[in-house]
Amino acid sequence: MRRLLALLALAAALPVHGQDKVLRIVPHSNLNILDPIWTTQYMARNHGYMVYDTLFGTDEKNRIQPQMVEKWSESPDHRLWTFTLRSGLAFHDGAPVTGEDVVASLERWGKRDAMGQKLMTFVERMDSPSPDTFRIFLREACGFVLEALGKPSSNVPFIMPKRVAQTPADRQIDDATGSGPYIFAKDQFKPGDKAVYLKNQKYQPRKEPPSGTAGGKRVYVDRVEWNLALRDAQSQVNALVRGEIDIIEQPAFESYEPLKADKNIQVVNSNPLGFQYMGRFNHLHPPFNNPKVRQAALAAFSQEPFLRAQIGVKDLYRSCASMFTCGTPYGSPKGSEVQSKSNVKKAQELLKASGYDGTPVVLMKPTDLAAIGKLPDVAAQLLRQAGFKVDLQAMDWNTLVGRRAKKDPPQQGGWNMFFTAWVAPDIWNPLTNPAVGALGEKSWFGWPSDPALEKLRDEFARATDDAKKKALAEQIQARAFEIATHAPLGEYVNPLAARRNITGFVTGPGNLYWNVKKN
Amino acid sequence: MLVFLLLRLTPGDPAAILAGDAATAEQIAAIRVSLGLDHPLVVQFAIWLAKLLSGDLGQSYYFRMNVTTLIAQRLEPTLALTALTMLLSVVISIPLGVIAAWRHGGWFDRALMGFSVLGFSVPVFVLAYLLIWLVSLQLGWLPVQGYARIADGFVPFLRHLVLPAITLSVIYMALIARVTRASVLEALGEDYIRTARAKSLPELRVLVRHALANAAIPIVTVIGIGVALLIGGVVVTESVYAIPGLGRLTVDAVLARDFPTIQGLILFFSAVYVLVNLLVDLSYVFLDPRIRF
Repeated sequence: MRRLLALLALAAALPVHGQDKVLRIVPHSNLNILDPIWTTQYMARNHGYMVYDTLFGTDEKNRIQPQMVEKWSESPDHRLWTFTLRSGLAFHDGAPVTGEDVVASLERWGKRDAMGQKLMTFVERMDSPSPDTFRIFLREACGFVLEALGKPSSNVPFIMPKRVAQTPADRQIDDATGSGPYIFAKDQFKPGDKAVYLKNQKYQPRKEPPSGTAGGKRVYVDRVEWNLALRDAQSQVNALVRGEIDIIEQPAFESYEPLKADKNIQVVNSNPLGFQYMGRFNHLHPPFNNPKVRQAALAAFSQEPFLRAQIGVKDLYRSCASMFTCGTPYGSPKGSEVQSKSNVKKAQELLKASGYDGTPVVLMKPTDLAAIGKLPDVAAQLLRQAGFKVDLQAMDWNTLVGRRAKKDPPQQGGWNMFFTAWVAPDIWNPLTNPAVGALGEKSWFGWPSDPALEKLRDEFARATDDAKKKALAEQIQARAFEIATHAPLGEYVNPLAARRNITGFVTGPGNLYWNVKKN
Repeated sequence: MLVFLLLRLTPGDPAAILAGDAATAEQIAAIRVSLGLDHPLVVQFAIWLAKLLSGDLGQSYYFRMNVTTLIAQRLEPTLALTALTMLLSVVISIPLGVIAAWRHGGWFDRALMGFSVLGFSVPVFVLAYLLIWLVSLQLGWLPVQGYARIADGFVPFLRHLVLPAITLSVIYMALIARVTRASVLEALGEDYIRTARAKSLPELRVLVRHALANAAIPIVTVIGIGVALLIGGVVVTESVYAIPGLGRLTVDAVLARDFPTIQGLILFFSAVYVLVNLLVDLSYVFLDPRIRF
């Protein structure tokens, strides 16, 4: 009997996959969409990085580096770009990656992604004169071809087989065949339970060391399992402490103290640029249809109270006066004085001068999203101190997401302001940052309209000189602060927590699982 | 129909959830069209009803799977959890209730009644965290989270299920023990018990064969009614213990405004509830031969 019990105990202790090295991860959210072009969800993007490869990557110093591309050239008038793919690239089904696959993938991406759409306004045509070559013909020169192709966050221009990329852009793909370092185990995918990625044994990494989304993508584990069922923050910590999982991608801020206290657990900041908080005004309806009122609100929004209340851990946040991520090429305090040098008295003066008539400001507060849930409370308090009437309305995040798409007046189910957070690459330049788009009702929620700002963004898109681009980005930001498109509310990082035997984390916008070793 | 209407009146837009944070209003509108959410409510209802009548619960917006397949995939963990919970509850709480009734007014009776009050009062998630802290983190006996399918081996299956089942069974035990005690207590005051004792029958036989058997109907009834309690408890328990069952699916579907899945789940849970209560009603015939339908 004792022998039997011992055998049973041993059987229970053994991992299901005997000798396999399995990396068990709790991702930051659920994975339900497997098409990283169709949606901008970060989980779909992270899935994309596992399965697909990219033409270019962005390294740790935010420089664009070739990835699938071996070499490229640009005509003297900047209108013809020729790219050669490196040899040995193959999809998971064994088919070689060709220029035609690339062209089809870029066409589909160009219909969904904001930066891709902008790029396509310059593109006359694309073709593939030979299997390992593709060309982009531009109508006129533009300065962000490589930035667009090496874009590290949603929507990333992942390369898919032509047959998959030919799926209409408004329909989700069904085939997850890529050419990336992992193969998606579709038969083992259980939405809401787990997603499994197997090492792509035939993947040929670049020779360079890994750096951001660029460099050699070497895989040192046999499989990666995303635990999609483990959503409770405390249960995640318990599971990590017990060694039932290896990594928590985004622990709750209050979990860091207990996690750091455990000698078997490390806290790793693999995304040092982190995230930026943002408060978005609705430009369509009173009182925020008045730029002077928005300016008054900006003046009330000192960043420190938001960060202190929301994050609490001083090491994890910083004030940043820039609308484009601080510490990146376009990060600058230009034009931010209205907010960065503000105080309540100034906000009160501006509000008085604006002619504000006491219209209540409807703030939407998500009650189920711990990462941003306290921002509206702080905003409400600061706005009240400045003299605003505030109507703080609590709801779950998905109600908020649905409601913010409504253009109705606040009293008919619309809104005046909501808060969100962006990963750095999504907002670090004037073309990727959706909040500085000012095309009116075609813009991102909040719908600012400002021809002057759009003209500057167009000039930025056309500029090919780095110094000029930097100067234009500063002008764009100054104009955006002037018309108060939105309120940047500071930056923060949300380091991952892992068992100490996990090493080799790569720095990037999301969580990248090549180069990671399980010792 | 009521559920269908209520869901559509609930704030939140499944298309906006699917589109992601950077999507434009136009992209969201296009997704709404692709999901058929642009049709008038009457048309949406008619389409759903027509599919339902042909046995099709529809396609999940969020998981992009047939709802029937989705429910079937998640059935095993929930079925296993509820079965073990019911087994534990019945096996433990009925004897305890009988003993409490037998020792009415004594320390055991008072302790059990105290426990049942506690069992009703402590929220399931608090109990879950306490048990995890003690059994998993301090003693290291059982895993913190997860589910192992029975096909992967009986021992891991049981190891993952014991703690959630204990968590879930406490409230159920409290309910059954209280009702058992009250029913048996009432039966013990009946003439036939006095007669049985006068015939010098062993006390165990008196309690089980005469008192418990005659008190069985309210006990079985409360077990049936308690299934609704279990369904509610499963939602919380599966979330804390990361069990990919129907409870967790319900939470995900509600948060994602996945209307077809929510409707499918409500239909499924309603059918289970009706079926269990039907079985309870039918069991009366066996428990009390005087009852005829």
